[in-house]
Amino acid sequence: MLNSDLKLSASIFADDIEKASTRDGFGKGTIEAGKNDPRIVVLCADLAESTRAEWFQKEFPDRFVEMGVAEQNMAAVAAGMANAGKIPFMASYAAFNPGRNYEQIRTTIALNHVSVKICGMHAGVSVGPDGATHQMLEDIGLMRMLPGMTVIVPGDAEEARKAVVAAATTDGPVYIRFGRTATPVFTTSETPFQIGKAITLWESNAPKVAILSTGSLSYSALIAARALSESGIESIVLHVPTVKPLDEKAILDAVQSAGCVVTVEEHQAAGGFGSVIAEFLSQHHPVPMRLLGVMDTFGQSGEPDQLLKHYGLDAIHIEEAARALVSIKV
Amino acid sequence: MSLSDEQVRALETKAEAIRETIIQMLVEAKSGHTAGPLGMADIFAAFYFNILNHRSDNPGWEERDRLILSNGHICPVRYAAMAHAGYFPVEECLTLRKFGSRLQGHPERLRLPGLETTSGPLGEGLSQASGIAYALKMDDKKQRVYCLMSDGEQEEGNIWEAVMFAGKYKLHNLTAVMDRNNIQIDGMTEDVMPLEPVADKYRAFNWHVLEVDGHNMRQFIEAVDEAKTIVEKPTLIIAHTIPGKGVPEIEFDYRWHGKPPTPEEGKRFLKEIRTMNGKVPHEYA
Repeated sequence: MLNSDLKLSASIFADDIEKASTRDGFGKGTIEAGKNDPRIVVLCADLAESTRAEWFQKEFPDRFVEMGVAEQNMAAVAAGMANAGKIPFMASYAAFNPGRNYEQIRTTIALNHVSVKICGMHAGVSVGPDGATHQMLEDIGLMRMLPGMTVIVPGDAEEARKAVVAAATTDGPVYIRFGRTATPVFTTSETPFQIGKAITLWESNAPKVAILSTGSLSYSALIAARALSESGIESIVLHVPTVKPLDEKAILDAVQSAGCVVTVEEHQAAGGFGSVIAEFLSQHHPVPMRLLGVMDTFGQSGEPDQLLKHYGLDAIHIEEAARALVSIKV
Repeated sequence: MSLSDEQVRALETKAEAIRETIIQMLVEAKSGHTAGPLGMADIFAAFYFNILNHRSDNPGWEERDRLILSNGHICPVRYAAMAHAGYFPVEECLTLRKFGSRLQGHPERLRLPGLETTSGPLGEGLSQASGIAYALKMDDKKQRVYCLMSDGEQEEGNIWEAVMFAGKYKLHNLTAVMDRNNIQIDGMTEDVMPLEPVADKYRAFNWHVLEVDGHNMRQFIEAVDEAKTIVEKPTLIIAHTIPGKGVPEIEFDYRWHGKPPTPEEGKRFLKEIRTMNGKVPHEYA
């Protein structure tokens, strides 16, 4: 059943649930963080409108830096500004940030260990019509490998806002992944968010399967859990917005009671969130697993819902994967 | 104000001491780069013993000038100059590239106080220096930012992004110094990937450009002083240097870009440096 302690949206299963993109949360969060701390600056590589960096720009024009289409320079300039005491948030599409500027992030931000917040926009296939070049599916993998990097994949616009505000007061480099498409806002301002903490959206006393999900697909996982419950299969949905550092205790608690795991992410299944969970569980509590993600292929043009369905990442596919796993579990 | 002959000689003496330490540390390390560090010894002496406003006993001093080394592989010259300037004992230079040393093969900011950035991968220092200069300008800070770059790394696209950025934002508190020694790993720069007319290229990106003999203390320091008077643009000083400077048998030889002297070569090189090629007597000569 739905976890009532989390104060989730009152209309969570209604057709008219509010929708907003996580990039909107970036726009709101940077303004809030900027009001809290004058050291906050925002850098953007010629995408101020679509990244929502222009929301900050309008509020704090002197603290916005237009970088032009130059993501490598943006990363190293941000590193320099952090060296000089600023807290830069740098925004561009994830395909270029951290796709294009990975080595600059590795050397000048991660190894240098400076407080730059890397904001990768338009991640995942749900970018839609732009096609494969712009549908970044490898960023979680790239960023989680860097020592000292915090990696956050917010589940909705409200959580994205909180993640930005929290990242602003977190020491060191942070990667935050955002999406283009408006998705259900299932949390509220009262729902707890803390970097490094997972939350149980759907709980059960006798779960047969744990669905571990990151990003906006956690809402689809919730829809799947409700359908499973209606057909007599109880589950847990653990929403894991912080991919690194991992909330190991919450994951172990969920998996020990359920005994098998489905992971869900809008990213390559190889190297991403599912891999993180598999690496952890294989050493601490091995259980049967299914990893739902994009399977070693690139995206393509289409509408977001069409694409999520095509790549097996909608609620129906999550439900089917959970059902199949429960049926073979010893 | 022009330097007195005495001041010039004092700086040249520091540069010779830095060159000696470079040879000693490379022989001990058994790996590392020789030509670039020797070629930049005069400029590092000028920075640490004349130009920079800095405190070796308080490397994090807020008001310090910032010296960014972009081509991190020439770090032996920075380590040697810092040691002679009192940041750490000169003997520690012999730990270069060894396990547990603060003197990593390429410089790491978090390991050694006094380094401004972590560097080595080419083409990134000018961006970092520009970020620092931009942030200092935002806060109306008056100190200056210097970025030392190689000529070979001008081949990196990232450099030109930074050149555009610094030109756009008129970062007059930024002075870049290009070590124009004409060599890179695979050969002469003009064979590997021609850079000329490099001064015109920077001018076209709205930089003020000066060219000097990188072994002439007076010329170099005067150029740095001139840069301080340019308030509309960042300045690039193209410093023409001789790779391997001080050891005639390796000067201008690109094969010395990335290898250290053997112990025998080290002895010979030290003698050449200490006697100015036999021109002056020396106790070890």
